[in-house]
Amino acid sequence: MSDPNAELMREENPSTVSESMVIIRSRALRDRVVEAVLPPLVALLVSIVVGDLLILAVGQSPGAVYRLMLEGTWGNAYGFAQVLYKSTTLICTGLAVAVGLRAGLFNIGAEGQLAAGGLAAALVGLALPAGTSALIAVPLCTVGALVAGGAVGFVPGALRAKWGAHEVITTIMLNFIVLALLSWLISTRLRVPETLHTQVIRAGALPRLSAAWSGFHGSAANGSIAIVLCAAVILGWYLFRTRGGFELRAVGLQPEAAENAGISVGRTWIRALTISGALAGLGGINFVLGYEHYYEEGFATGAGFLGIAVALVGRSNPLGVVLAALFFATLSQGGLAINALVPKQMVDALQGVVILAMAASVPEVRRLLARSRGKR
Amino acid sequence: MTVAVRMTGIAKRFGDCVAVRDGSLEVAAGEIHALVGENGAGKSTMMRILAGIYPPDAGTVEVAGGDVTGWSAAQAISASVGMVHQHFMLVPTLTIAENVILGREPTRGLAIDMARAEREVAAAAERSGFRMNVRQLVRELSVGEQQRVEILKTLVRGARILILDEPTAVLSPPEVEELWRVLRALRDDGGTIILITHKLDEVTEISDTITVIRAGRTVARFPTAGTSPASIARAMVGRDVVLAGDAPLASRKATVPAFAPVLDVRHLVVAGERLSRAVDDVSFTIQAHEILGIAGVEGNGQSALIEAIVGLRRAPSGEIHIAGTNVTELSVSERDARGLAHIPEDRHLRGLVLDYSIADNLILGKQRAYQNRGGALDRGRILDDARAAIAVADIRPSDPMLPARALSGGNQQKIVIARALARQNFVLVAAQPTRGVDVGAIELIHARLRAARDAGTGILLVSAELSEILALSDRVAVMYGGRIVAIVPRSEASEEMLGPLMTGART
Repeated sequence: MSDPNAELMREENPSTVSESMVIIRSRALRDRVVEAVLPPLVALLVSIVVGDLLILAVGQSPGAVYRLMLEGTWGNAYGFAQVLYKSTTLICTGLAVAVGLRAGLFNIGAEGQLAAGGLAAALVGLALPAGTSALIAVPLCTVGALVAGGAVGFVPGALRAKWGAHEVITTIMLNFIVLALLSWLISTRLRVPETLHTQVIRAGALPRLSAAWSGFHGSAANGSIAIVLCAAVILGWYLFRTRGGFELRAVGLQPEAAENAGISVGRTWIRALTISGALAGLGGINFVLGYEHYYEEGFATGAGFLGIAVALVGRSNPLGVVLAALFFATLSQGGLAINALVPKQMVDALQGVVILAMAASVPEVRRLLARSRGKR
Repeated sequence: MTVAVRMTGIAKRFGDCVAVRDGSLEVAAGEIHALVGENGAGKSTMMRILAGIYPPDAGTVEVAGGDVTGWSAAQAISASVGMVHQHFMLVPTLTIAENVILGREPTRGLAIDMARAEREVAAAAERSGFRMNVRQLVRELSVGEQQRVEILKTLVRGARILILDEPTAVLSPPEVEELWRVLRALRDDGGTIILITHKLDEVTEISDTITVIRAGRTVARFPTAGTSPASIARAMVGRDVVLAGDAPLASRKATVPAFAPVLDVRHLVVAGERLSRAVDDVSFTIQAHEILGIAGVEGNGQSALIEAIVGLRRAPSGEIHIAGTNVTELSVSERDARGLAHIPEDRHLRGLVLDYSIADNLILGKQRAYQNRGGALDRGRILDDARAAIAVADIRPSDPMLPARALSGGNQQKIVIARALARQNFVLVAAQPTRGVDVGAIELIHARLRAARDAGTGILLVSAELSEILALSDRVAVMYGGRIVAIVPRSEASEEMLGPLMTGART
């Protein structure tokens, strides 16, 4: 047997140690980027293949359909503006779900929060005297939307913090309650007779983008996208630069450690779901202040639920959410463009495929990466 | 001698982390072989390769003379290689017999033949010298008994080469003795046993041959007879180490006059999950400049006691005073503000946010102090302070932006301890401060705890390691069944005296 002490003389060369540290650092960074970018690409590829099969099944040529889809969205000014309009609401609901996920919570109530925000914006706009300057009216209506959505989000947060009621259940159930309540308000008190919408707001309307550039003529795209993009930037700053965001993410990643560090987990949950609800509520201004200038029942049905997909594809990152919202808005607008060739339901099916592929590719890609690194 | 296992030139990496670079191991049939090394040295990885859990990147594995490199776990089991993991894989709501047969149930028609299963498991237990009732539910068993079920599981599957990963980490001294008895019986019956451990006294007591791994390389192999713990430690760390047991007792400068205690716990009761009272009427005080060690087998209320003191759990009755202030109704952060620091027993659960960087973990709980007027965190100051703390605490690697997840257990623990000791505290609650930490880091952590004590902090030390309690404490309390059954000065405490108290054999 060998002498232990003789073996001990072989020491590591210190310079190679520090060199390998640098390599570890840059590799870790590269792996992080790869891990963030690869899953959406893989999901996209899978969706395109499945989409091909679907299109072939209805007897059309995939190339023609995709070309038409692109032409109808990013290919002309109107289509592009419509993508912007549709993505505005989705960015809001996507950010809402994302901030919940960052705190370890699943907010499925964006649908109801969005509707509440829309009605609140309209009520503020109706209450203001006609001719109020937009500089005053728009912020007030926007705050109304944020507060209403936030109030709806606060409830499941408080229920979770105080009694441990799971937010998935409470947010789903609150959707029914809020939507039914709004429906009752509209049909009994607020509607213009023979319709399901309120009167046109007296103040707080946002200009359409077509006012700035005539190429967007006919599109609903409006100034609310600027407000919403600001919200995305502020949320990014809040999550990754402030103490509140530091605590919120700690609670989401490791609630026991956060609790041990003196952070109130319950209060952080309430804060996260209130912010989440407020962001979903903000989405209401897109239709109410920017497009029709009144609240209409069911003005954004489905956008709240689609926000879940947007947040997941966007990896709960504000920039990722904006990109994912543009992607889903493109699919939705593209569905209209290809209506002549294939049934609209096919685009819905394709959207489902994208979500499934995304959900499956995140862990799968991570596993593959881990394996290839193991071999390296 | 017949070679049971021969591993040569083994290499294995996980992503950017090289777990093993040049590992070799030769185990004779019918011996107890200890595989020792610091945390992260690659011991467990070597054994998982042997058990077929991972394939090696390079090198060969031979079992009983045949090349089995890259085999699967199922092949390993059918070739009589069994592994008992550090974390048990048992279903608590099933009986011993049901757990043992899980995955290979004897059937009659479509139903499980439970009578036959129980008969067979009981017979196997009998053969191996285990005293157990195979119909008992696993959740009713002590940790030591659960471990015996795990061993039985591998034996029933026909294991002749048995790998045990840190088997004594969770056992009380009498349970360790029982384990040694079982292992010796297995060896005398012709079985081969490979024991992963970093406890040196165990190595010298039980093993026949020792292999030392350092930084992924096999650096030494020698027979146990004629070696001392000090020379094994030198091989593990690569330099001389002051072992806990050798440290000079009571290195305190002077006896401190009895001021008001910094921690005063009065008639504390904490509700438990299964026991009606996890902590049952516990009272003690800790003075400044004093370490009170709480000895006891895990699961006797220590965790509940710690959580109640730091404010994570409410105490239905009793009082807690820190430096003269009643903090019983105060929150974690309010107690922190009054001079209480905490090293939690489970660093992955409560100590760290593993996906946060080293720098962010170092300020966790102190984030208010790093807030600018605008509400943003001052990243520059966080990084500067982190670099300083990393240098003082010798955290490796030293890049403050690396996620805590990327560090070895010992270095993760250094983060937790650096955070707790970053300021002068009245009271430090140190729970299992060196659990799963290698010899070199233990030395450092013990030195920091002694320094904090000498600087005036009153320390409540809770540890499952009796040697650690004896090495650090000024007074020793024994906790059993939720109660403090004895408090004695260090000079009167010894392993022989505390052992029976810890198991409730004497009160």
